[in-house]
Amino acid sequence: MLYNEPSPLETRVLTRRFGLPNSASLDTYLATEGYQGFLKAAGMKPEEIIEEVKISNLRGRGGAGFPAGMKWSFVPRTSPKPKYIVVNADESEPGTCKDRVLIENDPHQLIEGVLIAGLAVGAHAGYIYVRGEYRYLIEIMDQAIAEAYANGWLGKNIRGTGFDFDLYTHTGAGAYECGEESALLESLEGKRGIPRIRPPFPAVVGAFQCPTVLNNVETFCAAPAILRDGGAAFAALGVPRAGGTKMICLTGHVNKPGVYELRMGFPVKQMIEEVGGGIRNGRKLKAFIPGGSSCPVLTAEECEGLTMDYDAMAARKTMLGSGGVIVMDEDTCMVKAAMRIMRFYAHESCGWCIPCREGTTWLRKILVRFHESGGTRGDIDLVGDIARNMLGRTFCPLGDAAAMPTISIVEKFRSEFEEHLSGRPCPYESASHMVTV
Amino acid sequence: MTFSPQLEARFAKLLKSYPEGRQRAAMVPMLLYAQDEVGHISEELIEEVAERVGVTALQVNEVLSYYSMLHRKPLGKYHVQICTNISCLLHDGDKLWEHACKKLGVGHKEATGDGQISIEEVECIGACSWAPAIQVNYDFHHFVTPEKLDQLLDSLRKKP
Repeated sequence: MLYNEPSPLETRVLTRRFGLPNSASLDTYLATEGYQGFLKAAGMKPEEIIEEVKISNLRGRGGAGFPAGMKWSFVPRTSPKPKYIVVNADESEPGTCKDRVLIENDPHQLIEGVLIAGLAVGAHAGYIYVRGEYRYLIEIMDQAIAEAYANGWLGKNIRGTGFDFDLYTHTGAGAYECGEESALLESLEGKRGIPRIRPPFPAVVGAFQCPTVLNNVETFCAAPAILRDGGAAFAALGVPRAGGTKMICLTGHVNKPGVYELRMGFPVKQMIEEVGGGIRNGRKLKAFIPGGSSCPVLTAEECEGLTMDYDAMAARKTMLGSGGVIVMDEDTCMVKAAMRIMRFYAHESCGWCIPCREGTTWLRKILVRFHESGGTRGDIDLVGDIARNMLGRTFCPLGDAAAMPTISIVEKFRSEFEEHLSGRPCPYESASHMVTV
Repeated sequence: MTFSPQLEARFAKLLKSYPEGRQRAAMVPMLLYAQDEVGHISEELIEEVAERVGVTALQVNEVLSYYSMLHRKPLGKYHVQICTNISCLLHDGDKLWEHACKKLGVGHKEATGDGQISIEEVECIGACSWAPAIQVNYDFHHFVTPEKLDQLLDSLRKKP
């Protein structure tokens, strides 16, 4: 089901079946060009499939934005080891809730995407790693998988193509870190979700020590359309170095929060004003996070002329990330926001490496103290200093994810930290917007 | 230990899902699915899962302490998980959390005296566009208000 009204400004490629009767069923899927991309791919050479994905300019939708076709090409197809496809459905980046709707409304699209990846790299088994909290999605996915097996879209000699593929769901049990690809693979193998040292990358040594393609749900879900309609058509929807659409989760102080599929490069202002219906109660924008809480925060001024794509975000020293947009209005306390974001990363740090484990914990303590009872002037610099010292020095990107928003908030909203110095309660705490809608 | 036929079927399927010799991969799913039936991760359950996936109880202990959804102690029959992470915070999720603590007289990961309801302040549950959100066991509740939370908690108190 859908939890928000669609917007007329959407470009519906991955969400084209949303809202159809029984959109999750195989019948609906087949009646709407379902599995056509797979059948086309089954008649192509593996390198031709990868080439089509490269032409599409599809970049990884989990956050890093790595070109998907290139990632697939790193798998050594001639290796005698089995190859695996692993779907990252561990969606846990704060602000992100898009994979949930993709699986819930169109699980066969994900199965088809996995099959295409399987053909491309010579894999015959795959795992969908679903975060533990999304139990109902496992039920939906298992049902779709069973339906696919029953109708010959999974299993031996799929629809007479000679291609075999088995697909399984695997539940996580509560850990943000398992969204990081190497930690996910550890977790999949029945271990603590501690990241692995790289290289070797998962393409060469992944699940069960075998070559593995690991992508986000949304990345795989784009593959059927790319194979069906051609990579060029997908690329044309986006911007020069990033093709297609992006699932955007509008969250925070907008009138119409929701998950929307927008063409890559959609203007930020139009997204907030027209798709999101503007900021609540006619207030002004104060801060904007483009793709989940690990992205550096932008000010309202920095959003001028900005578009939702990887390069445009990189030019403003932030990231498109997962597409988890967090909109904060003028009455938001940025010290509180920084504090809450850091509480999260301190909670989720796996503890494996010291800069992350200690850094996030120190920052949490300082920021909680700062917000509750005011800190010292030295604390403001200390927060920035600790965060900058974590950057690039942690075993996996979680340390960077904690440091980046913190550094940007301290630099861009320093005056708010200074307002807390008086020892008075948070000046924003009693603001009128703190009334639940 | 004896489990329901449905859970046994799930276990059998899980153990066949992974490559030969890699059955420990089934450990975390087995623990979580078993917890749903048994209520918490008991010593007995640890031993049982260890034996079924071919590792020691110590190895199971080592793994399970990592995952926040696996509980060594029983929680309430209805476990109310309130998200206060950034997108929910912007819609006063923290106020919902304080409200629930006060109303039930319990704190983080604590259950009411009758064992009916427990509460937990959780990190992002993936319902950010429909904030503030909570989960009762596995069921999502979106756009929660203090009034809706009150009604929900009152109904859970009486729910069989």
